[in-house]
Amino acid sequence: MTMVNLTINGKQIQAPQGATILEAARAAGVYIPTLCYHPELRPEGACRLCMVEASGARTLVASCVYPVSEGMVVKTNTDKVREARKTVVELLLANHPKDCLCCQKSGDCELQKIAADLGLRRIRFEGGETKAHTIDCSNPSLVRDQEKCILCGRCIRICRDVQGMSVYSFAGRGFNTIVSTAFEHDLKDAVCTYCGQCASVCPTGAIVEKDDTEQVWKAINDPDKVVIVQTAPSVRVALGEELGIPAGSIVTGKMVAALRSLGFDKVFDTNFSADLTIMEEGHEFIDRLQNGGVLPMITSCSPGWVNMIELKYPELLPHLSTAKSPQQMFGAVAKTYYAEKAGIDPAKIVSVSVMPCTAKKAEAQREEMCDSGYRDVDIVITTRELGRMIREAGIDFVSLPEENFDSPLGTGTGAAVIFGNTGGVMEAALRTVADVVSGEDLPKIEYDEVRGMEETREAVLTIAGKEIRIAVVNTLGSARKMLERIKAGTADYQFIEVMACPGGCIGGGGQPVPVNREIRQMRREALFDCDRMSELRKSHENPEIKALYDNWLGKPLGEKAHHLLHTHYSAKVR
Amino acid sequence: MQHIRAHVLVCGGTGCKSAGSKEIQLSFAKYLEEYGLQNEVMLVETGCHGFCEHGPLVIVYPEGTFYCHVKPEDVKEIVENHLYKGRIVERLLYREPLSHEQVPNYSEIGFYKKQQRLVLANCGAINPEMIEEYIAVGGYEALAKAVTTMTPEDVIDEVKKSGLRGRGGGGFPTGMKWQFAKNSVSDKKYVICNADEGDPGAFMDRSVLEGDPHRVLEGMAICGYAIGADEGYIYVRAEYPLAIKRLRTAIEQAEAMGLLGENIFGSGFNFTLHIKEGAGAFVCGEETALMASIEGKRGMPRPRPPFPAVSGLWGKPTNINNVETFANVAQIIVNGADWYCQYGTQGSKGTKVFALTGKINNTGLAEVPMGITMREIIYDIGGGITNGKKFKAVQIGGPSGGCLPESMLDLPVDYDSLIAAGAMMGSGGLVVMDEDTCMVDVAKFFLNFTQSESCGKCTPCREGTKRMLEILTRITEGQGREGDIELLENLAKNIKETALCGLGQTAPNPVLSTLKYFRDEYEAHIKEKRCPAGVCEKLASYTITDACRGCGLCARNCPVQAISGKIKEKHVINQDICIKCGACMAACPFKAITKG
Repeated sequence: MTMVNLTINGKQIQAPQGATILEAARAAGVYIPTLCYHPELRPEGACRLCMVEASGARTLVASCVYPVSEGMVVKTNTDKVREARKTVVELLLANHPKDCLCCQKSGDCELQKIAADLGLRRIRFEGGETKAHTIDCSNPSLVRDQEKCILCGRCIRICRDVQGMSVYSFAGRGFNTIVSTAFEHDLKDAVCTYCGQCASVCPTGAIVEKDDTEQVWKAINDPDKVVIVQTAPSVRVALGEELGIPAGSIVTGKMVAALRSLGFDKVFDTNFSADLTIMEEGHEFIDRLQNGGVLPMITSCSPGWVNMIELKYPELLPHLSTAKSPQQMFGAVAKTYYAEKAGIDPAKIVSVSVMPCTAKKAEAQREEMCDSGYRDVDIVITTRELGRMIREAGIDFVSLPEENFDSPLGTGTGAAVIFGNTGGVMEAALRTVADVVSGEDLPKIEYDEVRGMEETREAVLTIAGKEIRIAVVNTLGSARKMLERIKAGTADYQFIEVMACPGGCIGGGGQPVPVNREIRQMRREALFDCDRMSELRKSHENPEIKALYDNWLGKPLGEKAHHLLHTHYSAKVR
Repeated sequence: MQHIRAHVLVCGGTGCKSAGSKEIQLSFAKYLEEYGLQNEVMLVETGCHGFCEHGPLVIVYPEGTFYCHVKPEDVKEIVENHLYKGRIVERLLYREPLSHEQVPNYSEIGFYKKQQRLVLANCGAINPEMIEEYIAVGGYEALAKAVTTMTPEDVIDEVKKSGLRGRGGGGFPTGMKWQFAKNSVSDKKYVICNADEGDPGAFMDRSVLEGDPHRVLEGMAICGYAIGADEGYIYVRAEYPLAIKRLRTAIEQAEAMGLLGENIFGSGFNFTLHIKEGAGAFVCGEETALMASIEGKRGMPRPRPPFPAVSGLWGKPTNINNVETFANVAQIIVNGADWYCQYGTQGSKGTKVFALTGKINNTGLAEVPMGITMREIIYDIGGGITNGKKFKAVQIGGPSGGCLPESMLDLPVDYDSLIAAGAMMGSGGLVVMDEDTCMVDVAKFFLNFTQSESCGKCTPCREGTKRMLEILTRITEGQGREGDIELLENLAKNIKETALCGLGQTAPNPVLSTLKYFRDEYEAHIKEKRCPAGVCEKLASYTITDACRGCGLCARNCPVQAISGKIKEKHVINQDICIKCGACMAACPFKAITKG
């Protein structure tokens, strides 16, 4: 790599040729504030906050897009620079609601932080026109308040460049510019998968998860209800970030304790139903493989992904596994098996789930998700919402003693916990499929072949003497490419795992912000640690699962399982 | 062989066409036949002559008699008297606005005398829809010379030596730009002609495209040869249907003759051209937004570097020049850089076409050598200010340019002097304002334009120009506050420093230049709540003078009953009720109502 020499604030540094001033500055420990910049998105140079003085340039330059060059002298803190930055933030605030204290994003808002950092004390343009829009809360997952939009375009870029959906685009001119869906439709009428990646990169409160915490509080405080909660695998390695604990910390025990303190009657684990998913999906795969079913079979536990294929590639729906997602399997089992076992009227059960995902809110509300005879999952909250509930309740999370999940839906294996990582469902399935097909308890547990952070990975494995070609895909953009390959007949795989979000659920749209590659990496490692620390690491070894099949369900893919644990998909037209 | 003794040139530019030149043409055809002259007088539809104020125009050669404001019913008289009997129809001749003298001959008219028509040489002289006419006046000779006798490097050297600078606004040296594009190594390169002329009142490029389209195609092809591109786009606004039609015709004709397409002049050089119609966003005149628009994306600028010469259209090296720049190329190649350098100044070679508009007698298109003074343009070519009013300011460089006062009238018009004075060459809009103009209002007008045409991408332009406009608006409405001028200056400075593209960086110019030269007017608005020019309605007050005879007409016309008085006695306006509509002033038969 060719390096160039430059000076930033009097300090001699080196940076790779082609790097931007911002990259060089950050590598050298010099902080430059940014808004439209996001490390994982193509820089646009639009907000003009990261302006710096660079020798040879006629005006100030946007450091996020301006390349370094040999001998360049950069100054990031001159009067001129500070005044320009303040003016930019002042202009943004002049056209931004002033209800920060009541904003869902308060505390996590990048604009708020920058205004405070820059010491902005006065807005000289009070009384001018401000934008006026109605709030879009048309759908179960996301709320868009365009009055809070600062037009940084991050949502547009992540939806288009990472997720390949292009739900958003700029529309209008000048002061009337907006981020718009096609024809300014509400999200429920746009081709939106509710993956929530836009919300996870929005610097302000313009796109946030729909807050369902009030419903949860209500249920908890209703003496006639039995409120049970399930927590998704990836929540335990991310929740800490909401509560002042460093990224990558495993907070399972504290989370369980906090949920009990909040007043949930039973605290269960989605890991339990992730193991159940592997039993059903694994057997479905074996069945398809042995009986000439539609291949490649593709996983179906990521609801953003399911929404995408229903919206964009309905002709490929037969490839989707019919197994429900762990959240929905849990819901169906809780209001039948558990209700029966515990002697509770299922009508009284309020089933809450804590998910890393905004699309899960929509999944729970799908019409067909009532196989228990009731709404299988009643309320879905995200990791962020649970963090807020814990703060609101004044629970001292850091010093909470660790507690264990309740039984009988509280035990999960190491195979289940890695569901939260891209490749995890595949790996969990392989652990079970290999044992089932070979009829042995194989020593191989970790499938390094399917691990990684690349958006598309593939491997050829030998299981019981047979070659199996698999692929693992994360992000909807890569998923689309894979579907195009399937259509073109160039995807010669038998089993594909797809996760809608970057890195899988650890990078889900409902996870704490900010999120970036490094933070996802830490969450990922933590999940693998959870797996390594588990006594049981194969789904079919889960004793609660065994008991469920032995005492109640019968066998995988059996009639009862078929009724409760499998679903169907249909083309969605918007 | 047919012997043609006279030519009748009927202007077919957009201005004259909308004033009815098509009927005039048909009428000529009819009467020439009626008088049996159809075989000796040739009727030609030409492009724009630039003197649109006086259209529809008809010029009769060989005399060069210039008839203006011709109506279809005048045609019979011209045919009978001029063409049949040899007598000039005097009542249709042009009169100089200041001397009121009749000028029969085209070349003697003040408007044309001081012009140096190089780029516009063929506009109004040839039929733009016949490639043969262009070739007959030397067209495509430059392309032939370039591709058969010169290397690409020779071509670029010649353009560099000519000192030609971009005519679209920035004034970047054209040869250097071509060199950058040539130096980029790529399997594919593009040439783009920026014909997205968007400045209010500007129509230089339109007239060149309508009047001499082949000249632009030839310039583009030469550029393609020089930089190694085999494909080009002309990005022209859809609001220019005639220009688009003539460009299409020109491309077809050039392709049919092998002057575009494969193996041009047997040299092995290939060059094809496409037309892309723009949808009318002003910002698409910015080169990176223009390329985004060609690619089918929303027209929004992107940061540079990378410059188009490195990564342009579809990521390929691209050279973008404006219409007028390309229109200069052929003559430089044919006549040489030394010839070209005789026109203009040290730093600004050649000529520049200006669109003269506003309170000026001769509105129209004028091509002048660089370095001519503003005074010569406005008074000698433009014929001075209308209605004998006093000159106040001239806005040069379009909405992003600046307003220059009377003290700057002797400023030489070249790139560098204009920048130093706080204006810019821009694409050549020149709006003349008289003493009745309020400079705060003018600044507001131009800022309103750039503000509504902002693409909305960067914060300073989107939000900042809006706030500047709000401040200007309140100043003109009598709500100006102490500190507003400083706030405007501060915002303007920061917008210029931080905006992403040229549109935003130059948007504050009209405000800054009027603040520089007409600061007292701003102060009068803010401190005295007075508009010195009497333009700002909300600051105006109407008063009835002693000339009032008490007829009562004003009171009857007042929509809000603000005027009272007895018949035959002086009336009074109640300022608290008055909505400053001006109806009383218009109604008064004795000019007894004043506004101030």
